[in-house]
Amino acid sequence: MSTATARQAKPATMAQALQRAMRDAMAEDPAVHVMGEDVGTLGGVFRVTDGLAEEFGEDRCTDTPLAEAGILGTAVGMAMYGLRPVVEMQFDAFAYPAFEQLISHVSRMRNRTRGALPLPITVRVPYGGGIGGVEHHSDSSEAYYIATPGLHVVTPATVEDAYGLLREAIASDDPVVFLEPKRLYWSKADWSPDTPAAVAPIGRAVVRRTGRSATLITYGPSVPVCMEAADAAVSEGWDLEVVDLRSLVPFDDETVCASVRRTGRAVMVHESTGFGGPGGEIAARVTERCFHHLEAPVLRVAGFDIPYPPPMLERHHLPGVDRVLDAVARLQWEAES
Amino acid sequence: MGPYARSHEEVLALKKSSMTVRERPGAAYRPTPPPAWKPRTDPAPLLPDPEPYRVLGTDAAAGADPELLLRLYAELVRGRRYNAQATALTKQGRLAVYPSSTGQEACEVAAALALEQRDWLFPSYRDTLAAVARGLDPVQALTLLRGDWHTGYDPCEHRIAPLSTPLATQLPHAVGLAHAARLKGDDVVALAMVGDGGTSEGDFHEALNFAAVWRAPVVFLVQNNGFAISVPLSKQTAAPSLAHKAVGYGMPGRLVDGNDAAAVHEVLGEAVSRARRGGGPTLVEAVTYRIDAHTNADDATRYRGDSEVEAWREHDPIRLLEAELTGRGLLGEDAVRAAAEAAEAMAARLRERMNAEPALNPMDLFAHVYAEQTGQLREQAAQLRAELEAESAGGAPGAEGDAR
Ligand SMILES: Cc1ncc(C[n+]2csc(CCOP(=O)(O)OP(=O)(O)O)c2C)c(N)n1
Ligand SMILES: [Mg+2]
Repeated sequence: MSTATARQAKPATMAQALQRAMRDAMAEDPAVHVMGEDVGTLGGVFRVTDGLAEEFGEDRCTDTPLAEAGILGTAVGMAMYGLRPVVEMQFDAFAYPAFEQLISHVSRMRNRTRGALPLPITVRVPYGGGIGGVEHHSDSSEAYYIATPGLHVVTPATVEDAYGLLREAIASDDPVVFLEPKRLYWSKADWSPDTPAAVAPIGRAVVRRTGRSATLITYGPSVPVCMEAADAAVSEGWDLEVVDLRSLVPFDDETVCASVRRTGRAVMVHESTGFGGPGGEIAARVTERCFHHLEAPVLRVAGFDIPYPPPMLERHHLPGVDRVLDAVARLQWEAES
Repeated sequence: MGPYARSHEEVLALKKSSMTVRERPGAAYRPTPPPAWKPRTDPAPLLPDPEPYRVLGTDAAAGADPELLLRLYAELVRGRRYNAQATALTKQGRLAVYPSSTGQEACEVAAALALEQRDWLFPSYRDTLAAVARGLDPVQALTLLRGDWHTGYDPCEHRIAPLSTPLATQLPHAVGLAHAARLKGDDVVALAMVGDGGTSEGDFHEALNFAAVWRAPVVFLVQNNGFAISVPLSKQTAAPSLAHKAVGYGMPGRLVDGNDAAAVHEVLGEAVSRARRGGGPTLVEAVTYRIDAHTNADDATRYRGDSEVEAWREHDPIRLLEAELTGRGLLGEDAVRAAAEAAEAMAARLRERMNAEPALNPMDLFAHVYAEQTGQLREQAAQLRAELEAESAGGAPGAEGDAR
């Protein structure tokens, strides 16, 4: 970051960066429409659409009737007519009523029409736990989305990426499921919306911390956990690399495999369930591509295979620093000596 | 005073401000403010007629435009022949499946003719005839059912959305498109088609609700053909009629005889004009009957009797129109012959073209999943390409696979 940029930068939250991304996209392109429950007057339950209705009018930032399938279904029709809808789902678990539209139409419209009807729709979904939410407010639903061909699935872990990736998502001619780690909404960074850091196109992972001992592969809300674990691991003598995937679909095999080939060990970390979660797919891909470089099986630290726990018990479920370090400890270090 | 006791002044103040306190015993519940419970729309004008609206064989027929009636007649005859030909193509293995609209041609044709070129049609799997009547090449309309691709035409070019198989899911699309057009200031109307069974789906409800709230220029045409595969309407709804459902959303419901092409055309035409003028959406229930089985793969004798089918044959859309035209001396032998010959020529051409093998390119499977292929798809495309090359190089398909 240049000094000029640094001078302008001031603390901003991820929620503010997301708001700014939509604001800038709307200002640049009149086709961009924001729609969802409470996104207008209220500015969204997380205030991510704060001020958009005021600035652009209710036709551009619309409080819709309360029906997720209807919201996404009408967004499909709007996209068919040349608009670029940005749909807000209020919470992860309340996006489920829209699955029919997402899977049967949004994901496959381009394909079924041989490219004649692309759907440039962004579906923003606040996801993940750790905010003390009661039932149905903390799901990690990414596995459902990545199992659906035709969707891009991205998730930011930093304030900068929140802005950059959302701009990319809105500009994409393909539907993007944009997963917002809600417990990072209030995370802060020195950031200036006027000179946002350039973001690689959707589909590029980034190495957040370089290391030589093992690679932690992670995304979204688990990135800060892994960064913390990597810091703590130093005292154990482990120098951990942290790869922030940013994009689950498309998947950046290149960055991930380059890291694992360097370190020879890998742990996948996410909140989503282990069985059927993204970690299984990623572990398989890494094993298929890096088998001869691996010193140990690829391990997974994931949420348990249970319905999301009540808030007073969620800390036992969420992968934390200790669980990550326990996994690192099981990476067959004895072979080293 | 105990903790819950209030002074007289407090009670009076509460009565003034409270959402629930009655002004005097027996008075109507009147929360202030806001009186959200009050009907915002007078339901009476939204109610459908008690009986399906008819034109043919009634006094209203005298007002019908002879040219329009003749046009409808020619299209119905062509449509009936199209249905017969498509069904025959399933028997020859040229179509994977065909959901016939035999008996429902009046709805299919009227829907197409009620629209202007700039309007959009949102058909379901049963509505290929509506697309054809709108001018789409029948071979392109049948692509989905032939199975060489999902959608055989460019929806934007023809302003016909892809045929939708998941029931009622295309209805919110029609609403969104109509809404977007209105926001852009275009006087475009969307007409969406759905079956009686489809009205039970959540998407039907959500689409109607969004359309009414947004006053979107959209017309919903429900073809009540009596069945959802085997399930009769009585097991589908307890509503007074499907058209009555409109009232709950605050839009007019119209009930029309779905086999009376002139009536369906008139009712749809009015709804389209109303939508175009900014009057909002309409729900039209057209009462008709599915003469054929659900598809060629269905056995309708398991759930309905021949006598019912025969009764509906007496109320056939082509015969109704023919009777009207003949009665008014508008349909000479020449016109009948011309319509039949045009239909026959269409069928012959369709048969001939469908008998040719469609061009298939397996690599298309990867071409349109995303604007730009992902690395994962590039790898898989390379795998398939290699398999195809091995196949065309003479190796028996699968030989390589067996060896692995
Ligand atoms: C969401 C969904 N559920 C089930 C089906 C399977 N299905 C195809 S047609 C049909 C009956 C539909 O009846 P109706 O809506 O009355 O239309 P019709 O076939 O009579 O034209 C069913 C159950 C489907 N296509 N989509
Ligand atoms: Mg039916």
